[in-house]
Amino acid sequence: MKIVACIKQVPEMSEVMIDPETHTLKRKGVPSIINPFDENAVEEGLKIKEKYSGELIVVTMGPPQAEEALRRCLAMGADEAVFISDKAFAGSDTLATAYTLSLVIKQLKPDLIICGKQAIDGDTAQVGPELAEQLGISQVTYVKKVEISEDKKKIILHRETDDGYEIIQCKLPVLITVLKILNEPRYPSIRGILMAKKKGIKVIKAVDLKVDPVKLGADGSPTQVVNIFTPQQHQKGKILKLEPKDAVKNIINFLQDEKLF
Amino acid sequence: MKSYFKRGRFNLAEIIVDKNKCNGCGKCVNLCPFNQIIIVQKLAIIEAGCTMCGVCQELCPTGAITIKRERLSNEDYSNYRGIWVFIEQHQGTIKPVSLELLGKAKELVNKLNQEIAVVLAGDEVSHLVNDLSSYEIHKIYLVENKVLKSYTTDAYTQILVSLVSQYKPNILLIGATNIGRDLAPRVAARLRVGLTADCTDLDITEEGYLLQTRPAFGGNIMAQILCKYTRPQMATVRPNVFKKSRPCSNFQSPEIIKVEAKLNLLSIRTKIIEVIKEVTEVANLEEVDIIVSAGRGLGSPDNLYLVRELAKILGAAVGGSRAIVDAGWLSHHQQVGQSGKTVAPELYLACGISGAIQHLVGIQTSKRIVAINKDPEAPIFKIATLGIIGDLFKVIPLLIEDLKKIKNIV
Repeated sequence: MKIVACIKQVPEMSEVMIDPETHTLKRKGVPSIINPFDENAVEEGLKIKEKYSGELIVVTMGPPQAEEALRRCLAMGADEAVFISDKAFAGSDTLATAYTLSLVIKQLKPDLIICGKQAIDGDTAQVGPELAEQLGISQVTYVKKVEISEDKKKIILHRETDDGYEIIQCKLPVLITVLKILNEPRYPSIRGILMAKKKGIKVIKAVDLKVDPVKLGADGSPTQVVNIFTPQQHQKGKILKLEPKDAVKNIINFLQDEKLF
Repeated sequence: MKSYFKRGRFNLAEIIVDKNKCNGCGKCVNLCPFNQIIIVQKLAIIEAGCTMCGVCQELCPTGAITIKRERLSNEDYSNYRGIWVFIEQHQGTIKPVSLELLGKAKELVNKLNQEIAVVLAGDEVSHLVNDLSSYEIHKIYLVENKVLKSYTTDAYTQILVSLVSQYKPNILLIGATNIGRDLAPRVAARLRVGLTADCTDLDITEEGYLLQTRPAFGGNIMAQILCKYTRPQMATVRPNVFKKSRPCSNFQSPEIIKVEAKLNLLSIRTKIIEVIKEVTEVANLEEVDIIVSAGRGLGSPDNLYLVRELAKILGAAVGGSRAIVDAGWLSHHQQVGQSGKTVAPELYLACGISGAIQHLVGIQTSKRIVAINKDPEAPIFKIATLGIIGDLFKVIPLLIEDLKKIKNIV
């Protein structure tokens, strides 16, 4: 079985803060990580590969520093890494990103493509379905359990819904987007880290794709950011530091005044 | 459908640094949210990860950075008219988010002077036409077919794409539910149009474009987005962000357009074998009046009983922060925040939640927020209606006890 896991390098969001003076993002010293949902995608790829035999290829599109994220996936046990990186891809929105990924992944002819549910920096959850569409294959999003039939032709997926889950069966190839509860991503072993250092990463530039360059990057992106601002601060409420007894009295008064109890 | 694949040439976009104006001050290096500018020999160089967000253009002290965009396609968009709302129904009941979208559509339509239409698709859903007729809607596109009984990506994408191709709406709005977030990007990619996810505000610009506002970077910043060169302009909107449309009696009943579902059954590639409902203490966090929510401050999952007991006496649902859901204390159905659910209850009672931005984004639409936390610097106090700085292990048991006493007396 050939499995592709799509990953993205993102800033560690819990470390991202707004500079109170300039009202812009403070990203100095914010570490870069693999998008957490994508780690689950890689882990699931490894598990399937180990159980049914096959290979796992990790693919990312990003600036030069994203290579580090691919190295970590190789250290976790991925067989190959493909790095789509070129200035021509700058300004890609989700559609252009998915289009570029589709050009590369089509060549790999995978049976299964695994993406994280969404990336924690953009939170759009759009690249997965947009990629599936441009590859012309089916998709199952919000997956929390994966089973593959003995003959490796069918896959059974548990897809989370708004009030429970549904069990979906489909043929391969398929693209799935996965939730955190699917699995527990492994840590790379020392041996894995050493091996990963020696492995080559395939780099793909815009010219390698052999397409009209206006379909790539910002040119191929229908959405356009026209403004960025920091959200407005809320009105300050009543903040009290009291003994538990008085604190409780205040809460109960509040609940009763507002007719909530 | 094939003609859509010819699309994909939207605009020519370029970010230019004027060598004569740039003095290499490096201000943009610190401002760039994506860390994609470096200074080489006193000149700003834009790197490959640039998203063209425009922060540098706006704040460059010498005005050296410009982003240019030029339209490429020559398609006439004047015949794309009307605001469409995709009505999400589940077993014959309309999801609240669809009515919230209708409420917003009503505001937008005043600025555009176009019609509001809805797409109602499913199996035996015609009874919902009556429910919808009491809202301000001009047209209902009704598609009924047995195959549409349960949501599948392939069937619903086919339906929506063929309706859009035939009737050409200007704007298409879809709820950002698990279904909407599966459907919308699939439809957008097939039509090769822009799509903005999880909008928290929508407006119409002076030029008549749909201005889409959405949080990014976990809610640390808000981005405003236009899709000038593709139609329809598509957006998904989270539940609980807009106010529901109210039924109104003096509005002319909508025109009903029955559309036959031309479905290629072979192209429906996924098969639903079983649907499982999970009735938990929280099944409907998005719809309850009171939420008692737990954070890391509880210390251990063994202490969750405090929150559960408090929720029980208040008739509330139990929610939690990302940290404790990630740690497995609660099911992720219960996760509140940008990466979980956006909630808008009458009361949100946060116990031991410090309030990471991504959490605050998900609760700011709550009517009232009461927070109990021992750290006076906790960000949650910035948005709390009532904040109690104190030890929750002392406050909550006492609160439960007193509430019980009152309940027995009343």
